Amino acid sequence: MPIATGEEAKEPVPAGPVPRGMLARILDSDILHSFLRSKVTIASAIVTLVFFIGAAFAPWIAPHNPFDLASISILDARVPPIGMDYHDPRFLLGTDDQGRDVFSGILYGARISLAVGFLSVLFAGVVGVLLGLIAGYVGGKVDAIIMRIAEVQLTFPAILIALLVDGVARALFGNLDRERFAFWILVFSIALSFWVQFARTVRGSTLVERNKEYVQAARLIGIPPFLIMVRHVLPNVIGPVLVIATINLGLAIITEATLSFLGVGIPPTQPSLGTLVRIGNDFLFSGEWWIAMFPGCALAVLVLAVNLLGDWLRDALNPKLR
Amino acid sequence: MLAFTIRRLVQAILVMLVVALISFTLFRFVGDPVNQMVGVETTPEQREALRERLGLNDPMLTQFGRFIINAAQFDFGTSYQFRQPVAELIGRRLPATLELSIVSAIFALFVGIPMGVYTGLHRDSILSKLFLSISLIGISLPTFFIGILLIFLFSVTLQWLPSFGRGDVVQLGWWSTGLLTWGGIKALILPAITLGLFQMTLIMRLVRSEMLEVIRTDYIKFARARGLRQRSVNFRHALKNTLVPVITITGLQLGSIIAFAIITETVFQWPGMGLLFLQSVQNVDIPIMAAYLMLIAFLFVTINLIVDLLYFQVDPRLRAERATH
Repeated sequence: MPIATGEEAKEPVPAGPVPRGMLARILDSDILHSFLRSKVTIASAIVTLVFFIGAAFAPWIAPHNPFDLASISILDARVPPIGMDYHDPRFLLGTDDQGRDVFSGILYGARISLAVGFLSVLFAGVVGVLLGLIAGYVGGKVDAIIMRIAEVQLTFPAILIALLVDGVARALFGNLDRERFAFWILVFSIALSFWVQFARTVRGSTLVERNKEYVQAARLIGIPPFLIMVRHVLPNVIGPVLVIATINLGLAIITEATLSFLGVGIPPTQPSLGTLVRIGNDFLFSGEWWIAMFPGCALAVLVLAVNLLGDWLRDALNPKLR
Repeated sequence: MLAFTIRRLVQAILVMLVVALISFTLFRFVGDPVNQMVGVETTPEQREALRERLGLNDPMLTQFGRFIINAAQFDFGTSYQFRQPVAELIGRRLPATLELSIVSAIFALFVGIPMGVYTGLHRDSILSKLFLSISLIGISLPTFFIGILLIFLFSVTLQWLPSFGRGDVVQLGWWSTGLLTWGGIKALILPAITLGLFQMTLIMRLVRSEMLEVIRTDYIKFARARGLRQRSVNFRHALKNTLVPVITITGLQLGSIIAFAIITETVFQWPGMGLLFLQSVQNVDIPIMAAYLMLIAFLFVTINLIVDLLYFQVDPRLRAERATH
């Protein structure tokens, strides 16, 4: 089942055992049936999977290596895509101003976009789930402090937080070092604005679970609080987390692309999809539309597919969630 | 009511204090302010004198207090890159951003509400499905790519509208407006649509789901039973009851429109605050970053506060709910 493996990879399971038989349960439940019933969902799962495979195996699939300076030639610069006049059969979607193959660039770019998206959602998920568990389970002052921080943070849009983090990183590391760490700074800054939603949801479900009998029983036989949280409460609150993770994956990819487009994300030496659009944007007026349009469309299709999957997963797992 | 107002006010002030603390930390500890202000050939004695004059040797709490008092008077110091007062720089850019944000909010409302009403009333028509598909695509397309697509279509290919800048601007006192000239309006169209599209889809979906709920209620059935005309039922009775959440959401979104203007302003090289902020991030111009952060936080907190208080006034159920807590 291709989609099951895709979903498993996306799931931000924090340090704790996955409840046994989860995969079997997913395969056996209504979810599979509702998946097979919806053509749109199957289509978006296929599209997402194609992107994953294309990104993961980019070095083997891509016809050219856009980062290998020895293999690119400035003589191939600005070649139009196949089907237009003066095209070159070697370059399916044309080349950019430095003679890099646009199609290969998209494959390598999707690799970085997806990596940033996954890692930032994973990071945000782990931090958010842990803080949510603690806030919900411990309660009192700890809860109040964590939730106040979350509220202040909700005041600001993700883009703004990420821009601020980037500005601070520039001041602390200087521009050269920042480029080296750009990937991790980006992951951190996106995760920083996404953990709140995880924390709030998990806190809500933990508050409910906390008073159930199995938790009381666990407490009674003397299991330490942290183990109760991770072993017993966590498996019961993880469902909505999966949905939020999928929806946030789309948002994270958009945020990464936007930051890279604004010139504060991934540097042009290892371009992500957003950086590719930024590069191509300069050539829009001179007629070389393919340099910006193809990466942009790839990005849009990827995000649309992920969003459709997220929508479907939300309805399938829990119709009451929001 | 009074207790609720005071509690919300205290919360708002607390949030502002936290944001001020972040801004202050940025300003004071990220990079040395003195190093940014003086040249390379300044002697250590002169540096120390400047440090003393700026009050950077005072206790931290005194400095923070002074920062807040200055901020309350719109004094955010001098920009490192422009060597001009930050308040002046932001003030000059403010009209451009506000005009863009308000026009796009109006666009979002005036297109989003009718589309929402239509899709709510005619659930299964082809046009509704088309609107919904468009809205899904609108949510999935990143803002900057929508801008680029619009530029490619209307500026590069059709050459109907300009792709950057504000066009012709008229000065009204300190306020510069592009709304009074044809060129200014033409320059505003594409950025406003780009910025408003996401909010438009949001409003459309909201109105749609509210309409679906409202038309099932008894008073709508009763209005129909009284033999009122369809148009009157739809717009006088149904739509009116959906507008409270719509206005709330739009109000809350106004803050994020202004923040998201950063992206639109970059795509269209629109000379507003967002572009200024982005340049300040790229050039590590901390005073502008700190000031912008405070300004946006202030806008958000104020809008949130007003919306909360209005909600409390408008919706009696909220009051009852609070009472039972």
